[in-house]
Amino acid sequence: MLLIPCPHCGARPENEFRNAGEAHIARPAEADDAAWADYLYMRTNPKGVFIERWRHIHGCGRFFNCVRHTVTDRIIATYKAGDPRPSLDVLRAWSEHAR
Amino acid sequence: MKFSLLSLARNAVSGQTAGPAQWRSPQPRAVYDVVIVGAGGHGLATAYYLAKEHGIRNVAVLDRGWLGGGNTGRNTTIIRSNYLWDESARLYDHAHRMWETLAQELNYNVMFSPRGVMMLAHNVHDEQVVRRHIHANRGNGVENEWLSPEQAKAFCPPLNISSDMRYPILGAALQRRGGTARHDAVAWGYARAASAMGVDILQNCEVQAIDRDATGRAIAVETSRGRIAAGKIGVVAAGHTSVVMAMAGLRMPLESYPLQALVSEPVKPCFPCVVMSNTIHAYLSQSYKGELVIGAGTDAYVSYSQAGGLHISAHTLDAICELFPMFRRMRMLRNWGGIVDVTPDRSPVIGLTPVPGLFVNCGWGTGGFKATPGSGHVFAHTIATGTPHPIAAPFSLERFRTGRLIDEAAAAAVAH
Repeated sequence: MLLIPCPHCGARPENEFRNAGEAHIARPAEADDAAWADYLYMRTNPKGVFIERWRHIHGCGRFFNCVRHTVTDRIIATYKAGDPRPSLDVLRAWSEHAR
Repeated sequence: MKFSLLSLARNAVSGQTAGPAQWRSPQPRAVYDVVIVGAGGHGLATAYYLAKEHGIRNVAVLDRGWLGGGNTGRNTTIIRSNYLWDESARLYDHAHRMWETLAQELNYNVMFSPRGVMMLAHNVHDEQVVRRHIHANRGNGVENEWLSPEQAKAFCPPLNISSDMRYPILGAALQRRGGTARHDAVAWGYARAASAMGVDILQNCEVQAIDRDATGRAIAVETSRGRIAAGKIGVVAAGHTSVVMAMAGLRMPLESYPLQALVSEPVKPCFPCVVMSNTIHAYLSQSYKGELVIGAGTDAYVSYSQAGGLHISAHTLDAICELFPMFRRMRMLRNWGGIVDVTPDRSPVIGLTPVPGLFVNCGWGTGGFKATPGSGHVFAHTIATGTPHPIAAPFSLERFRTGRLIDEAAAAAVAH
């Protein structure tokens, strides 16, 4: 079971949360069928550093973003929904750290 | 060497020393007509049917590790075809029919055991869903029948049907010709038969890149054992499909999760069939070695850890203890995880990709083992002819653009 640091409530066990999949997927303002399929169904599903959303359903109820390594499951950082996605350089440095 | 009663007797008196290696371990050639990425059951079956039914024998099957070392060796070996939708029923029943003669086909004992798969209903909604499945299955020529709690207990005596359970049993669906098979033997049998027809099985050969020519066509794979050119490439990499397809610049409708299974200490035969409960999430059978083989759920998050959280398997054991009180003091021997590739509609993807020369067979999620022969059979046809096999056609990658999904998740015939 993961210990997940909610940016609002602090570290809590995984079963207080619901996973909400890949983060930073923006709904396209206008989309043809291919772009719409990409938005709805296609996922990065990386083996390595991954940014995902969690919702603290049995706590503050809020969504937030989480950077996690999908091989070690180590959580590298969490940040509030709406905050900008960490830059590639930052992610690369985190990735080295989380191996 | 062909296995027969005579060869068995000869081995018995010669101290089991006459058994040669079951497949060749050749050096990679520079060029193959078809390269299959992933030497699990589905990949090996694909190579076998390419060689046998389509005469394409210049084939290599590559694997990052050893053959059958991924989900083929990690699943709970359940075989059934009681899926709701017509497309699924056709696909899984195609595979199911092939299981029935697979040992003879491969001259290898895959220990197919049609002992019956029983799926429990615990509430009114379950009962309605189960009955709907039974009718749909029968309409598709797939036998499935409704059992009362008493009939279910007669079929599976360890079952607890008392009314004071937290989730009492209101009935069950029974597919009598469902059952189990020996998972490793399936990989070994296909490997042996394919190798005998000239297919090269290249283990410890990790694909690191996919080369494409100026027109965008996939023409070769770069591997840890050198570059291998290929007329066509078929990716059958289960939980790692997204990783391999990203090498060709493709995003897939897949998310990879650890799915857990566990086995108990071995005991004498005491459990006659396969029992599944989607609602309280447990599935159980007893292997010929005597171990209880138990399937647990997936973790809630994308991961390649091949482990999974302990609370997931503990949850399943809670359900097992309630359903089968006689197992409350059983000790579990080991548990493990396999990485399953789950699609949004919980149906597989079999077919062509936007990259010419590149084919994919993935998305079997939590239930691919049962489909192994059929999956290999229709995928071999798809690769050999360049057009999807009629049974595989609805399972195209294109369905996510057209919206013609095959929504087995909502249909709930699948164990998750």
